[in-house]
Parts: sequence; C-alpha cells; structure tokens
Amino acid sequence: MAANKLRRRLPHSEWAITIVDQDSEHHYQPGYLLIPFGVYDPSTVVKPSKRFLPRGVNTIIGEIDLVEPDMNRVRTAHGTYLQYDELVIATGVSPRPDQTPGMVGSEWRNTVFDFYTKEGATALADKLRTWDGGRLVVHISEMPIKCPVAPLEFAFLADSFFEERGMRDRVEMTYVTPLDGAFTKPVASKRLGAMLDERKIKLESDFYVESIDNEKKALVSFDEREVPFDLLVTVPVNMGADFIGRSGLGNELNCVPVDNGTFQSTSWDNIFALGDAADIPTSKAGSVAHFAIELFTENFIQHINGDEMTHIFDGHANCFVESGDGKAMLIDFNYDTQPLPGKYPVPRLGPMSLMKETRLNHYGKLMFKWIYWHALLPGRRLPMPALMSMAGKEVVEE
Amino acid sequence: MSLATIADQEVHVDEEGFLTEYDEWNEALARQLAANIGIELDDRHMEAIRFLRDDFESEGETATLRRVTTLSGIPTKELFQLFPKKPAKKLAYIAGLPKPTGCV
Repeated sequence: MAANKLRRRLPHSEWAITIVDQDSEHHYQPGYLLIPFGVYDPSTVVKPSKRFLPRGVNTIIGEIDLVEPDMNRVRTAHGTYLQYDELVIATGVSPRPDQTPGMVGSEWRNTVFDFYTKEGATALADKLRTWDGGRLVVHISEMPIKCPVAPLEFAFLADSFFEERGMRDRVEMTYVTPLDGAFTKPVASKRLGAMLDERKIKLESDFYVESIDNEKKALVSFDEREVPFDLLVTVPVNMGADFIGRSGLGNELNCVPVDNGTFQSTSWDNIFALGDAADIPTSKAGSVAHFAIELFTENFIQHINGDEMTHIFDGHANCFVESGDGKAMLIDFNYDTQPLPGKYPVPRLGPMSLMKETRLNHYGKLMFKWIYWHALLPGRRLPMPALMSMAGKEVVEE
Repeated sequence: MSLATIADQEVHVDEEGFLTEYDEWNEALARQLAANIGIELDDRHMEAIRFLRDDFESEGETATLRRVTTLSGIPTKELFQLFPKKPAKKLAYIAGLPKPTGCV
C-alpha cells in the first residue's frame, strides 16, 4: 500500500523504491476468521503479491537478516546489502505459539488450534466439521494482538454455527482473556460482554496463560487457575519480525517504537514503521494501517523535503465485528475516543450502525474483501476520512 | 481528577484513585497505596515499582507485564505472587503511574 502511494508521488528520476517481501503471496488475513466455519474456501484468501505492486518498484522476494541503522543498510538472508536513504518497515506481527510452553505440544492441531494462519484456520475447519461437542475454549494469550475483536467474532460465529447444526446444547463455551472484560474500552467492553452473556458464553477474565497442560488438556495461568478444554482455539502471542529484535530496533515484542502521530522511529529519523510493525497504542488492524498510510504519504513527502510533518495520525480504527446469524456490528474509535454508538460514515444516515448488530454491517464486512483487493492494496482512496470524526456518534455514560 | 489526602499528603488522583502527577509520588505514599489494596511492600515489590517508575520516565507510558519481566528480570510468576490477580494494574497504582493502556 505504501509503495503504491509513494511510487505515484516520488519522481522516478530521484527515488528508487525497493520492496523486500518474504512471501510472493499476499493473504487477505481478515478472511481467516471465516475459513473454520466453511464460509470462505482457503484458496480465496490468497493472491500473488506482484499483482498489487506498482511498476517502477524493485521487488526482492526473501527474508531480511538485519537492519544496520548506523550504516543505513539492510542485509538480506542471502547476504546482499541494500543501502537506503529512507527505510519503511511494514513487516507486521505474527502469531508465535512457540512463546507459550506446551502450546506446540502433542495436542497442537489435534485439540489445540489457532485461526490466525491459513494453515491453522484450515485445520480448524476440518476439526469443526466432525466435532461432536464438549468444552470449547476461545483464548487470547496476551495483548496486543492483530484484530483484537477477531476472537470475540470467532466465539459469536461458533455459537451461531453450533446452533445451526442443532448441537449448541452439547457445547459449553468459555472465553478466556488477559483483559479485565470482553474488550478494552469500557462502553464496547460492556456491550460485547453482554453479547457473550446472551449467547451463554462464560467469560474468564484477567487470565494470563503460563502454559498449556497437554495431558490434562487445560490452560494454566500464572496465578494457578486452570481452564479445561476439549477443543481450544487460541490466539498465540503476537510478535514483530525477529530481524527487528536482532537489529535493536524493537521493544520486548519486536515492535518498533515510533511517534504515534508520524510513525517516525523514536531513535532514527530516516526509519518509519507502519501498520502492526509499529508500537502505536491503537488496534493492530487493516483499517488502522489504511488510515495511517494516507497520512504517512503526506508526511513522508514533507520529511524528504526537510519540512515539518504536519499530518498527525489520531489512532483511527474502524472494525466490523461479526456477531453470528448473518449480522455484524461496527466500531469506530481512536487514541482518545472509545467506540461509541451512532451512525457511520454519514452522521444520522449511516447507512452503517455503530455498536449495533445489523445485517447491513455484515454485508459491509463481506464487501470489505472486494474493497481490500481492489482499492486498499492498490492504494486507491476510499470514501472515508482518515481521521476519526465525532459527527454521528452518541456520547453515552460508561 | 480530584485531590486526595494519602499518607498525610495532598495528591492529585483520577476517578479510580491512580495518581496523576508523576512527581507527587514517594515511598511513604507507595506504602499507603499498597496498604489500601492489602499489600505490604518488601524489597522485591520495591524493585518492580522502581523499575516501572524509571521506565515510565524514559518511555512516557506504563510498562506491560512482559516488559517488566523482560527488562527487570522479575519473572511473571513472581509478579503475580507479589501483586496478586491484577499485577499490571496494582503495580501501576502503587507506583503512582497511569493504568497501563489495555492495548486495543
């Protein structure tokens, strides 16, 4: 997305752009959620990356070994050095089941699954097709994670899935989270907590997983609580790329500390980190990356011209939350404003409703896949403002 | 934000009782704050608290448990023993720092 935007704005005679991508495929990650329930076929969430890259950009498929910021160069895993004037890091975060003792044990992909990878989601789809019920535990290992609403959506969709198959009464569901409620922000947490309640999904909060006991088939917390399961769907710890850690550019989760408004590294003026790779305190979500990159492009032009960066990001995030039964709700928030009810994107008219489960929101979510491939990745402008607006939102008591 | 008197000192606190001014904190206050939530501070508690305060001073935000464990070397398990049930929140409360921003 950044390459597409920047290539259009930077003269070819002055700027060469090189992309190093470890993968020649691009995955539509929001689609993983719907694979376990048979809504999406795994093949539909993958396309070749090169289709989305603009002309006039050099592409290297391979891994990065190290960034040497004091030398302004990147070393690839093949040992090639790439010299840079400006470096943009957009390597995201990945699920790291290896970080929790016992997660990748004898039960991994047998009764312990993740759905944040295509392989995990596909394996879980196979499992769910034949599973005849028992204790289903949906679990978040540690915050922050990509798309923090996805595990809730998974729980809602699972409830609806079992209901449709006439086996809901044979499934006992528990939602286990390190947070002190269903979600982080008070109004949304209350609403989403009530939605768990309505679906008879038990909430186990403040649960920091220490390990998974494969023999007992139980999650074990640091304060010695145990949650037994017959089927565990977990979201492993999310971490940034290892090369960020090796290069001394990251925090304890290998995310790059940056200025929240401009994404400029707090240590190096010519390094920027976009999307999930940065440590900004907002959702690690595609919508955030999209809004952020609109502003980043303007800032970057100012930066290379030696001007002050004035397009300050507000942490704007916008997420569809699938709630099952063909409905979804929409939340819209930023660094300072928590998700509130109302209408979006046009005040009073919508057509989308904020914090309310509607069919239209669900269609919005499904439509997003098309928008993602055809507008978002190619870097086209979307008809929503990058900064959050209070227009159309109702302020409610917490 | 309002004023509260803790350990005979007048300090600024938010609606949940978290101190809002970094410089109003001292050890006597910390002992009283800890007592408010049933914790008697020993050296190991103080080590975690000092780490959190120093880290806040340089980073401008309250460290997560993972950060405390990674950088101070105090195991997460021990943090749960020192500050039972909600170590991140309790640590911040006693250290006179804002509640950690539950990452969104």
